[in-house]
Amino acid sequence: MKEQFDFSVVDKILALHEKKQQAIIAILQEIQEEYHYLPREIFPYLAEELGMSEARIFSVATFYENFSLAPKGKYVIKICDGTACHVRKSVPILERLRQELGLSEEKKTTDDLMFTVETVSCLGACGLAPVLTVNDVVYSAMTPDKASELLKTLKEEIANA
Amino acid sequence: MTEKQYVTIDGIPVEINGEKNLLELINKTGVKMPTFCYHSELSVYGACRMCMVEDERGGLSAACSTPPRAGMKIQTNTERLRRYRKNILELLLANHCRDCTTCQNNTKCKLQDLAMRFNIEGVRFPNTAKSNAEEDSSSVCISRDAGKCILCGDCVRMCNEIQNVGAIDFAYRGSNMVISTAFGKPLAESPCVGCGQCVAVCPTGAIVVKNNISPVWKAISDPDVRTSVQIAPAVRVALGRELGVKDGEDVMGKIVAALHRMGFDEIYDTSLGADLTVLEESAEFMERLSSGENLPLITSCCPGWIQYCEKKHPELLPNISTCRSPMQMMASILKDQAKEKGEKTFHVAVMPCTAKKFEAARDEFKVDGAPNVDVVITTQELVTMIKEAGLMFDALEPEAVDMPFGTISGAGVIFGVTGGVTEAVLRHVIANKSRADIMMVANCGQRGDEGIKEFDITAGESKLRLVVVSGLSNAEKVLQRIKNGEKIDFVEVMACPGGCVNGGGQPFAVRQDKEERSKGLYKSDRLLSIRRAEQNPILKTLYDDIIRGREHELLHVHYGKHNQ
Repeated sequence: MKEQFDFSVVDKILALHEKKQQAIIAILQEIQEEYHYLPREIFPYLAEELGMSEARIFSVATFYENFSLAPKGKYVIKICDGTACHVRKSVPILERLRQELGLSEEKKTTDDLMFTVETVSCLGACGLAPVLTVNDVVYSAMTPDKASELLKTLKEEIANA
Repeated sequence: MTEKQYVTIDGIPVEINGEKNLLELINKTGVKMPTFCYHSELSVYGACRMCMVEDERGGLSAACSTPPRAGMKIQTNTERLRRYRKNILELLLANHCRDCTTCQNNTKCKLQDLAMRFNIEGVRFPNTAKSNAEEDSSSVCISRDAGKCILCGDCVRMCNEIQNVGAIDFAYRGSNMVISTAFGKPLAESPCVGCGQCVAVCPTGAIVVKNNISPVWKAISDPDVRTSVQIAPAVRVALGRELGVKDGEDVMGKIVAALHRMGFDEIYDTSLGADLTVLEESAEFMERLSSGENLPLITSCCPGWIQYCEKKHPELLPNISTCRSPMQMMASILKDQAKEKGEKTFHVAVMPCTAKKFEAARDEFKVDGAPNVDVVITTQELVTMIKEAGLMFDALEPEAVDMPFGTISGAGVIFGVTGGVTEAVLRHVIANKSRADIMMVANCGQRGDEGIKEFDITAGESKLRLVVVSGLSNAEKVLQRIKNGEKIDFVEVMACPGGCVNGGGQPFAVRQDKEERSKGLYKSDRLLSIRRAEQNPILKTLYDDIIRGREHELLHVHYGKHNQ
């Protein structure tokens, strides 16, 4: 696995930031944009290239909620649980999605790597509460039933793909 | 001339004299501030908030991270500060394993000490600590227990700033924060070199030295096993600290007496092994100088350094001296002798060092699968054994080590302090060996506790550049210079700042006391009638009767195969 990992993408990102240690957050963000998570292989590689310890990079990657060390699904569903969405009952929507996909707070991604369900603190669309996004497309004024409906459409999309 | 500037501390004006922070200034007034995360040699972190002081307007600031300014008026012990400190301690204790009686750091713990100092009589919050002493048993040198960690970050800064190893760091955040290797890998698979400096700064029992006492007792009690023990130079000036003797006082005689009383059959001084190292390493240095190959010669006594080189700079392994460490030279000779006699033996080494536990377990130092050194115990473990045996250390009458390997030289003794190996080699190789010349060697530039010391010596027509480093960050700087092509001929590296006297296995001490340890070794050296390794009469017997041309088999090693 390790031998097969293609570091050319990482190399490009590193070159863009002139291999500066201070740019570690930006570098990790751009790598995550590429792979949708931070593959484990990049850690020793970055440590070597940036001249900082792997433990320190791991420290940065685990400090920020935004970084993920686990692969994410094709569809990343983010349910807003900010104050406005929360009082307009976002939790039942979250529970419905988790139940239908067999996910939980610990298990965020389905085994077939199709769906990831996570919560976010505020999407800045409080007027449309409760809100969720699928791969950054916003769905407003959701209900548990509407969420089930949405899942059904997405699953059809997968089947037809 | 600038006017003198003062800070008023608890009503007393105190002159500012270049102190970096209020904490140092407060110390001058005879107040010992409570701290967890402050160590003068590390960067300021300001996490524990125990050293808060109050100004005249009721403002609070952490003394460790506040530079002194003229005209400041601060209080160090107000009702409010006492309340805050107690609260911090209670919160720390709420998330801390409180099985003090069975903790390896019992009575040596800063948290325990401060809880007593601040009279904490109970903790109002439920205990959420998850203690697990077996959390990571992968390393043969140290073990960790997150349930005892207070997240002061001392170990992280030591590992990164002073040692440049970077095996551990903070991971996750908030209440989930832990000290961790990358991906929580076992320590043995991390860049950890086993130097134990994290143990030396840990205020609690969250990182401790792996305890190997019980196999030692077992071997002593076995009537069929002949037990031998060697004691490293640095042990004699630090062990006394926990048994009522000042740092720096040489208690070798008492240590020997204690070991005899415990039941060891043969007791030797690792300084003899060091004398052998001097001869072998000097010969190697001369050889490399004449061939011009693999220069600079880099010393090989320090197992923390060897691991660092193997893990981070394998390309420099050919420069490392092929000499075994004094401990291993000593052990090879002893095991070889025992084999000849057909005895069943058990050899223990008392070391100031945690990384020696790893060295002893290396395949390179096994003969027919059995290690030459069966168990390494640290100075701290020996203290525990002395206490366990009930020996009254003050009352012990000093004794001498045993023959036939009982004579040592001062050159071997100073191996325990940074610059010692270099000085020992210089004493051996200088042309004139008068008393005055030996005294002159002391002034070449290898002594002192600076991290990097360098100087030139003239040998015949050529000028040689010698560099003495301690602390792995300092070593890294020198390695980079070597890689950049700078001409250096000899490098002595000790992983622990100041050398073995400040090893990870030594009793905890503040900087001033550590300096006393180095002075103590130089004093012991001066008191010996044999100052140069080659004058040690035992070496001739060793070469003629035991080694007999088997230098390579008994005294040398090639590192690096093992990790590749």
